[in-house]
Amino acid sequence: MHDILLAVQEAGELKDGLSSIGAGIAYGAAAIGPGIGIGIVVGNAITAMARQPEMSGPIRTTMFLGIAFTEALALFGFVLFFLAKG
Amino acid sequence: MATSMSPPVAHESAIAAQLARHAVYVAPAILIAAGIYGGPGAVISAGIGLVIVAMNFLVSARLIAWAALKSPSAVQAAVLGGFLARLVVLTALVFALAQVNFIDAVVLVLTIAVTHLGLLIWETRYVSLTLGAPGLKPGVIGRSEEE
Repeated sequence: MHDILLAVQEAGELKDGLSSIGAGIAYGAAAIGPGIGIGIVVGNAITAMARQPEMSGPIRTTMFLGIAFTEALALFGFVLFFLAKG
Repeated sequence: MATSMSPPVAHESAIAAQLARHAVYVAPAILIAAGIYGGPGAVISAGIGLVIVAMNFLVSARLIAWAALKSPSAVQAAVLGGFLARLVVLTALVFALAQVNFIDAVVLVLTIAVTHLGLLIWETRYVSLTLGAPGLKPGVIGRSEEE
């Protein structure tokens, strides 16, 4: 009986541990995508500004919004992390 | 011959300021919804979430505007470094707040994510991308100054 209780307790701990690992992986993966996305947005914005300096105002505005939209993905990963951890 | 150049205008800051203003407008609805869902703890959590979203926009815009005065490389470094730094600060802040017993962490992070995206979608209506008005639409700037 004692062995069964111990096994059940260990299974619970294992589940908690696995859910924490899963949540960490989800958050990490969700932060990688926006990092790449922001790199693409900023890289292209800088190329555009170098080609047409007079357009730097609208380009920076677009870049700011693009960055903020991309960042939202990381925030959703953050939400998933907390939901997975319960 | 010397030519005078006007200093670059920080359009990002104007957009971020308007985003923060809109966060104030939507705050009552979000706080009421949070209150119905989880009581006073959820209201406080949602309020903190709204402040975090507004601060995030303002810091991000200020960082880009500051780096734009330096060089394109500074913009790239500031944006990517700023994204990482803000994510670390946000994570640390939410983890610290989650230890407080009356804070509802799920409401807090949901408010941050949903408000962030919602405000951005709303903001796209007011953004002008023409050469004449590269930031907010001219009518919007006049209206917000009257307010």
